[in-house]
Formats: sequence, C-alpha cells, structure tokens
Amino acid sequence: MNRINKKLNENKKLLSIYFTAGYPNLDDTVSIIQNLEKSGVDMIEIGLPFSDPLADGPTIQASSTQALINGMTTEALFKQLKDIRKTVNIPLIIMGYFNPILQYGVEAFCKKCSETGIDGLIIPDLPVNVYNEQYKPIFEKYDLINVFLITPQTSIERIHFIDSISNGFIYMVSSASVTGSSSGFGEEQINYFKRIANMNLKNPQIIGFGISDHNSFTQATTYAKGAIIGSAFIKHLSNNGVKDTADFPNAILNQLT
Amino acid sequence: MTYNINEKGYYGEFGGAYIPEMLYPNVEELRQNYLKVMKEPSFQKEFNLLLKDYVGRPSPLYFAKRLSEKYNTKIYLKREDLNHTGAHKINNTIGQILMAQRLGKKRIIAETGAGQHGVATATVCALMGLECIVYMGEIDIARQAPNVARMKMLGATVISAKSGSKTLKDATNEAIRDWINNPVDTHYIIGSVVGPHPYPDMVARFQSVVSKEIQWQLKEHEDKTKPDYVVACVGGGSNAAGAFYHFLEDTEVKLIAVEAAGHGVDSGESAATSVLGKEGIIHGSKTLLMQTNDGQITEPYSISAGLDYPGVGPMHAHLYKSGRAEFMSITDDQAMTAGLELCKLEGIIPAIESSHALAIFEQKKFKPEDVVVLSLSGRGDKDLNTYINYYKL
Ligand SMILES: Cc1ncc(COP(=O)(O)O)c(C=O)c1O
Repeated sequence: MNRINKKLNENKKLLSIYFTAGYPNLDDTVSIIQNLEKSGVDMIEIGLPFSDPLADGPTIQASSTQALINGMTTEALFKQLKDIRKTVNIPLIIMGYFNPILQYGVEAFCKKCSETGIDGLIIPDLPVNVYNEQYKPIFEKYDLINVFLITPQTSIERIHFIDSISNGFIYMVSSASVTGSSSGFGEEQINYFKRIANMNLKNPQIIGFGISDHNSFTQATTYAKGAIIGSAFIKHLSNNGVKDTADFPNAILNQLT
Repeated sequence: MTYNINEKGYYGEFGGAYIPEMLYPNVEELRQNYLKVMKEPSFQKEFNLLLKDYVGRPSPLYFAKRLSEKYNTKIYLKREDLNHTGAHKINNTIGQILMAQRLGKKRIIAETGAGQHGVATATVCALMGLECIVYMGEIDIARQAPNVARMKMLGATVISAKSGSKTLKDATNEAIRDWINNPVDTHYIIGSVVGPHPYPDMVARFQSVVSKEIQWQLKEHEDKTKPDYVVACVGGGSNAAGAFYHFLEDTEVKLIAVEAAGHGVDSGESAATSVLGKEGIIHGSKTLLMQTNDGQITEPYSISAGLDYPGVGPMHAHLYKSGRAEFMSITDDQAMTAGLELCKLEGIIPAIESSHALAIFEQKKFKPEDVVVLSLSGRGDKDLNTYINYYKL
C-alpha cells in the first residue's frame, strides 16, 4: 500500500508541510525533511522550484527564485533524495509545475520518483482531463498518487469527477487565492469546509492555502483530515534558517511554545 | 491538414489549457460562451460599429510605390498603425471588453510589455466605464514612461510586477495571479494569441478583421482577392494571426512570420522563439518557448519591447512545425535600418515591431509580379526614444 494511503488510514489529523527544495541553501533538502519528520509532521511536500510559479504568492515565488539561483535542478533534487528512504518513513510528495516535468519526460520523472521513494505528485497546472486522458497509466504503473485541487468555485459535478479519479486525498484550496494569502478563516470559508465535508467523498480532504498557525490548523482540521502549511514555513526558514526547523511544527501542533 | 483550431482547443499538438484548478471556472466560463456571444447579432453590430467609428476601420491597404520600386516587387502595407491608439491591439481589446460586459464582469485586468496593449485596454475601459488594472514589469515601467502616463490619464491603475525578471512574462504571471484571487467579477484581457484555450482562438477571431479587409481591399487594387505573400512580425502572434487568418487554409498564399533575433539568434540575446524554443508550457498553453534544459523559462531580448516574449502562440507553433509558414528572424540593427528606410521612402514612421517585418526585403527576393501584403502593426510614436538613442537624433 502506498505510504500516503497508509497515513490517511491513521486515526488522527494530519499536518503536512511544504517547502521549496534548494531553499534557503541548495543542500538543506534532506535535513529539512528529517527534522520535520522528527518533530511529528505527517507528510511532506517537496517543492520543485519553477521560474514562473503561477499559483504561488510572493513568499513561495521568492523561495523558488532563490532555489534556482542556488543551483537547484530536477536532477540535483533526485540526487539529494537518493538515500532518503534509509532515514525517512513518512509520505513524501513532489509538488512542481508541469513544464520542468515535461522536459524531464513524464515517464522518466515518474520512474525516478518511484525509485527514490516518492509517493505522490501535485502538479497544479496539469489539468485533470489531460492527466486522465494521457498520463494516468504512467502514474499508476509507478504507484504514484496524483493529487488534485478543488476550490470554493469548483462545481459539485466536477468535485465528484475529481473524487472519482483520485486515489489518495483531495487538496482543498481554502479560498480563491494564490498561496500565502491571509490567515484565519471567515464564515464563508467555514461554510465551504462544511459543504465539502458533507459531500461524503471517497477521498479524504486536506486543506491548504492560508494556514499559518495553531489556530488556523485547528480550524481547518475540524472539517478535514488534515492541513497543509507552505508559505508560513518558508517564512520561518527565512527568518530562522534550518537549525530550528522543529520549532515550527511544534508551534503548530502544540498551542504552547 | 487544418491550420485552425480543433474542437479540443489545439492547433495540431499545440494549445490546450494547462491551468491550475483555481482558474478553471473563469476559463471554462469563457470557453463555453465565447463563440455563442461572438455570434450574437447584437454583439456583431456593436463590435463592427466601434471598429468603424471608434477605431477608424477599415484600415487602408496602401500600395507602397517607392518601397516596391526599391525591392522590385509589389508591396502593400496594411495600415494598422492608423488605428486609434496606434496599433492592431485595439481590435482585440474592443472585442474583449464587449465580451466582458456580456459575461457581467465589472473589473478588467491586463498585462503589458511595451504598454501598447495596456493603453488599448485602458482605452476601452474608459470607453465602457469599467475599472482597469494593468500589470507591467518594473523594468518596462521605467523604459516605457510615456505609455505608463497614457494609461494613467485613461484612468487605469498600473501595478508594477516585481517578480522574476520584471518584464512581460512576469507581468503576465501577475495578471494570472490576480485572476486567481478574483475569480468572480474580473475578466482578464490577454493581449495576444497566447494563454489557455480559448484565448488564442478568441483573440485571433477578433484580429481576423485584418485579413477579411485585405481580401476585399486587394480586389480594388489588383483584381484578385489573395496575395502571394502575407508578412507579419510575431511577438505573441496576434497581428500575424489577424493578417493570416482568412488565408490559413489556402496554401497558395504564402505566410511569412518574422521574429526578433535581438543581437543575433546565437548571441544569447534574442527572442527568436521558433529557432531557440522547445515544446513546453507557458502561461497555460502548450507551445514553443525559450527555456533551459531543465524546463525553466528564460528571458528573451529584443530592442522592441513588443516582441520580447519567450513564447509564441500555439497557432504559430503549429504553423512553424507544419511548415505552413516560413519563419525568419531579424536583428535589432536590421529592423532599425528598415524602420528608417520606411520613413524616408514612404513618410511613415513604423513601430519597431513592424520594422522587423519590413526588414525581410533585404533578406529575401520576391518576383516583380508578386503581391506582398505586410502587416504594418503599429506606428512609431511610442518608440521615439529608442529611435532617438539609436540614431543619436
Ligand atoms: C505595434 C506592435 N506590433 C506587434 C506587436 C507584437 O504582438 P503580436 O505578435 O501579438 O502582434 C506589438 C506588441 O506590443 C506591437 O505593439
């Protein structure tokens, strides 16, 4: 069974953390992953940096730009992650835009992910229908879970369609926004969380975008299986560097810090 | 083979809509409605009336006698430079503002490089009384100050794009992010035949008035409805798409697309996407784009801000790959020389983008009886500073 599915079967709310590979320094990738696992993070999204990240706000954009300046490439990332499964057990997902994956070759990329011990992919600009018509068999061949997004504007029919072709979790974007927007949820968002929770989808949902602290994490996980934090963690890395990585998940998971 | 779009939104293997789910509702709404709206008689009527009375269409098809004599062939200039706001860009913004109104949108966003599309968008927003926000790279704001001022006078808010390389591609990224953040009340007026389906097709249709006019205008001059060649410069490809549109399937009409070679195709400072680009995804479209081996999008260079785009529309990627159009690249110096030549021979100061198209007559021989129609996409007023610096005027 894929590590993501195993994790989703655990009877607990999940904390997933995103970071951009190659940031703040080129070779921080492995130690960030190890530190996050040690401090109780359930799942990690490793961002493959891209020059033109359309769905990201200023924080993740800046980290991607810096990572590319630092020399991060697709090949370099796979090299860094070569032995990651000797020390890390939690599910690892690569989040990246489609063009770098297309240039690497979709099948070659999936194969490499599987050899490295990557469990899933999030590719925001690979549309659901293109995946379904062209790439699904490749992902399945390498036992990779492809994660799709839904937003408050996604129609009910489309949510059902996305649910039907997903086999892990659904990434629920908390509001109509790019990453790193304001934190805390209003009534409109809570209603959206409730509406989706009541749909009884076959895939559990994990909420992302706009979660930055213990409060927003608790709010989101009241209605969903878990929550994903990205920009707030990148800011933590910018301010504190890598050595205090663990402080961040500790603060999210425990009210007292 | 067809050279136009298929029902799935592709030109051959190029096109599609590679967009994040956050954009899906906006783009899907447009996809489902654009053809229906464009076919409504009331839309047609309003669009055509504005093109006539506001833009000043039809733009003349002018036989350039002295230019023709010099190159010993028959050269006609399609005078898009005489349109209101000085370029072909307004054909598209008139169409899209009417589309936005029909879709009930209240807020308009756009990207701009040189500022021509920004000005054309600000103009139609003023005309219709809609809020207008234009994203422009920080570097372009500095080098295109007069157009920034024009947009402000027209009531638009110009927002500086400070991400990435701070030019057109980043302004486009910022506009797309704005659209993600404002999914309900906002329409994004893209300035060329780029972006996710249905944009390339919609913009091409709005620009297609250019080749429609060429067909009947040519008959008045030459007793034929089709030229031997149509020539146009290509940034994203909208003036070329408009000039080619009604000749796409008629292979007796040869199409020439002219890209900016900058300091030379091999100089590392160029915008000749067909030569330097590879297939990939940019701004939601599968097309040819300039990128590293690792799939990172690279910065193009051209003296002309309107040709300074690392991709090309999917229609043109298909025209290139299929061999339907001939692609030529013209350096900064060749374009500047051709621009000045048109001033001296015909009394017309062309936009530097259009000068790239004009420069092919030094590179390629035509027969004396060939009828060559060239899209003079814009006037040179916006480029005076560049001309002044280049020629030390
Ligand atoms: C006068 C003129 N011609 C051509 C272009 C290039 O755009 P396109 O290739 O979409 O026609 C521009 C863009 O700003 C322009 O201002």
